Amino acid sequence: MDKVAINVNVNGVDHAAEVEPRMLLVHFLRETLRLTGTHIGCDTSHCGACTVVMDGRAIKSCTAFAVQADGRKIMTVEGLEQDGKLHPLQDGFFQEHGLQCGFCTPGMLMTGYAFLGENKSPSDDEIRHAISGNLCRCTGYVNIVKAYQYAAQKMRDNGGA
Amino acid sequence: MAPKTTPEIGGMGHSVKRREDPRFLRGQGNYVDDVVLPDMLYLDIVRSPYAHAKINSIDTSKALAIPGVLAVITGKDLEKYNLHWMPTLMSDTQMVLPVDKVMYQAQEVAAVLATDRYIAADGVDAVEIDYDPLPVVVDPKKALEPDAPVLRTDKPDKKDNHIWHWEWGNRDETDKLFSEAEVTVKEDIYIPRIHVSSIETCGCVAHFDKVRGKLTVWMTTQAPHAIRTVFALVAGHVGLSEEKIQIISPDIGGGFGGKVPVYPGYVIAVAASVLTGKPVKWIEDRMENLQADSFARDYHITAELAGNKDGKLTALRIKTIADHGYTDAAANPSKFPAGLFHVCTGSYDLKAAHVEVDGVYTNKPPGGIAYRCSFRVTEAVHTIERMADVMAHELGMDAAEFRMKNFIKPEQFPYKSALDWEYDSGNYAAALQLAMDRIGYADLRKEQTEKRARGELMGIGISSFTEIVGAGPSKHFDILGLKMFDSAEIRVHPTGKVLARFGTKSQGQGHETTYAQVVAEELGFPVDSVLVEEGDTDTAPYGLGTYASRSTPVAAAACAIACRKIKDKARKIAAYLLEAHEDDLEWEPGKFFVKGSPDRAKTIQEISLAAYTNHPPGMEAGLEAVNYYDPPNLTYPFGSYICVVDIDKGTGEVKVRRFVAIDDCGNIINPMIVEGQIHGGLTMGLGPALYEEIQYDESGNILQGSFMNYLLPTAVETPNWETGNTVTPSPHHPLGAKGVGESATVGAPAAIVNAVVDAMWHLGVRHIDIPITSAKVWKLLRDAGVKD
Repeated sequence: MDKVAINVNVNGVDHAAEVEPRMLLVHFLRETLRLTGTHIGCDTSHCGACTVVMDGRAIKSCTAFAVQADGRKIMTVEGLEQDGKLHPLQDGFFQEHGLQCGFCTPGMLMTGYAFLGENKSPSDDEIRHAISGNLCRCTGYVNIVKAYQYAAQKMRDNGGA
Repeated sequence: MAPKTTPEIGGMGHSVKRREDPRFLRGQGNYVDDVVLPDMLYLDIVRSPYAHAKINSIDTSKALAIPGVLAVITGKDLEKYNLHWMPTLMSDTQMVLPVDKVMYQAQEVAAVLATDRYIAADGVDAVEIDYDPLPVVVDPKKALEPDAPVLRTDKPDKKDNHIWHWEWGNRDETDKLFSEAEVTVKEDIYIPRIHVSSIETCGCVAHFDKVRGKLTVWMTTQAPHAIRTVFALVAGHVGLSEEKIQIISPDIGGGFGGKVPVYPGYVIAVAASVLTGKPVKWIEDRMENLQADSFARDYHITAELAGNKDGKLTALRIKTIADHGYTDAAANPSKFPAGLFHVCTGSYDLKAAHVEVDGVYTNKPPGGIAYRCSFRVTEAVHTIERMADVMAHELGMDAAEFRMKNFIKPEQFPYKSALDWEYDSGNYAAALQLAMDRIGYADLRKEQTEKRARGELMGIGISSFTEIVGAGPSKHFDILGLKMFDSAEIRVHPTGKVLARFGTKSQGQGHETTYAQVVAEELGFPVDSVLVEEGDTDTAPYGLGTYASRSTPVAAAACAIACRKIKDKARKIAAYLLEAHEDDLEWEPGKFFVKGSPDRAKTIQEISLAAYTNHPPGMEAGLEAVNYYDPPNLTYPFGSYICVVDIDKGTGEVKVRRFVAIDDCGNIINPMIVEGQIHGGLTMGLGPALYEEIQYDESGNILQGSFMNYLLPTAVETPNWETGNTVTPSPHHPLGAKGVGESATVGAPAAIVNAVVDAMWHLGVRHIDIPITSAKVWKLLRDAGVKD
């Protein structure tokens, strides 16, 4: 199959690559770039384990093609930590026991990154709706909601992210 | 119970933050699909569109013509090596790949090996198979009819679809009590097929090194050691030898029982690697996972309960048909084909009980594994908790008062149940009372009465469950002959740091933290100085793995005993260093000191160094110990859950308004982790209660084969769980702990169903099978003449 040249900025780094048009974005991230923090949990964009942020919006990378990311900015879980400091969401998940097996966690974090960027003071109910496209089998969601609130508070205290 | 250790040491009772989290939070976990080896090939599987069909031919030519497709493996290829069939954990037989016929939709039929996962998928599409459909048997009751087609024609002596009959208890005494009973109730209860659906599917990377003759398999397995032995036994004739098989269970993205069995995909990947000498990766997609991997439940139960008019229960009688699909691939201890279903007398003091189960073959995927519960315990708890509620309502008694009247009393422990289990400890009334106080039970009943007068539908449901975990004592428990002990190996390094290895394997339970806390509790090493490892059969001691809530009851006990051996030696070394008699030494977490002279002390770190640099003459150097723990009994966690539901008369939608869960798992290692386990377990109780079910049409087509229609609860449906606990230690466990991972999944569904039925009892509703969908409730309401 003929390959297509793409340029994608991932976590602040530009990547030029040639990919098959049918290659899924999640495979480009995981296998071409070896950023394996983004996971695959279903084939139907229901579970959200593959969630990444593209140009500020949370998307499911298992149902996007790599070619659709051409010229765009992608952020994955590997991009959250800055200068050796965990993002408030990562800290929130740690403090509030918001993860168990860890498999849905990167998707939950990236949904949260986009969501808290738009909603600085969410209600618990708003958080629950925001993560309704991300499935977790381990935590029962209670502590994930708490982790989001922890992060939102910390981000307000810091005057942003 | 106040912790014995300081927060810096972090022993039992401290909510130590999880030591596995930093890698997961950064996307640095190492799950099986993250494993990449040089020259690795990809395996993808061709699956049957039919539930039952004869295979006339498999044409691989078009697939093999695709550049990058290296091979197509069929049953006939494996037959040459006698690897086309494999044993199941219940000593039945299962096809790896079929030679002549398929037995369920989505069964593995052939496997494509390619240089890339996309090319492998192209190859799967290009394999052409000619089938002749055969009559399909979906309903297990029809499967038992005399004219039903016999499915297992591979078994020459098999003349029907009946697998086994199993019964337990005193039939005569039970029948007598029923004939004498003042009140009896009877219900048919179907507990449908469901699927654990861990967010990570199953898969492996198999690498056979032809020069060294060594097979290494990174594999999503909850029981790596047992898998190693099974591989050695099944494939010894093709040159695999147990000392040269290494199973590595890396980070696991949820297990819940679904990662206990050996699936054909693993075996085909191993075979492909042995044949090619190259690493082979096989990763299921979600649809394969849902459609072909082991299911849970599928029990058709008829239950009867007998009692007196004053509300005292006397006897329980149960008959069950267990639909196992085309082979019995359940994961039960071999002595118990229906698992621990005979814990079905639950929390109640009954005089007698009798339970019968018949296993049946149908054209469905094999399984009968747990769904976050120990060996059919959810089926048992659901049955008794539903029946108790039916009896209470029938007698016009309050469901809580009825339970209080029938509970096994604290002074009756250790309690021998009517079906021969010896319950270790319990205080059931205390847990129920706490749940009632927490939720405001009396006020809720008043509110319900007022609402009912206004025609509104509100229900309150209770479930007071008794769990049975920690399998198990080796005199009764084995899987394929392997006794169900578990193990710990503790090594203390000269600088006072600890390496602790276990035969279990965490899938999210937090073993790296909790086991370290057990070491901290026993030896006083700060939890941060203890490294926990498990899941690599080349380094970890042999164990049966993590499922059925057995890690704390069995492996944490092994850890405590191994630590105590180390402490005994440490005492001798301290006595030598302090020039004191060991009987004159006292222990406080982290050091020995001379009685009456607290200044004359040696810390555990000083003792660690001395074990390698200045140990007593005549003593072996080093400070390490191993323990293989064979539990004297099972443990019996319990709890009481109360659920409040509101039902929308117009749509039939059930809304869980509140859910209070009081759990008692004995002494607690890490309260934060225990609460997290309960949150998750409750959600895996909510799912089956309201949403999850796998059904088949008459042709054996699966109706819920993807997350499009197999509904898992999202954060929106899931209530804000309210948790609490009582503490009744296990008398026989070295730490007084009992295990908790599955209690909530076991106990929650009955509380939800009981609440819904409670809301509708006055309309003539006696029972609703799970999942309680809006459609089912809507129909029941319309049948009862209820209008919007």
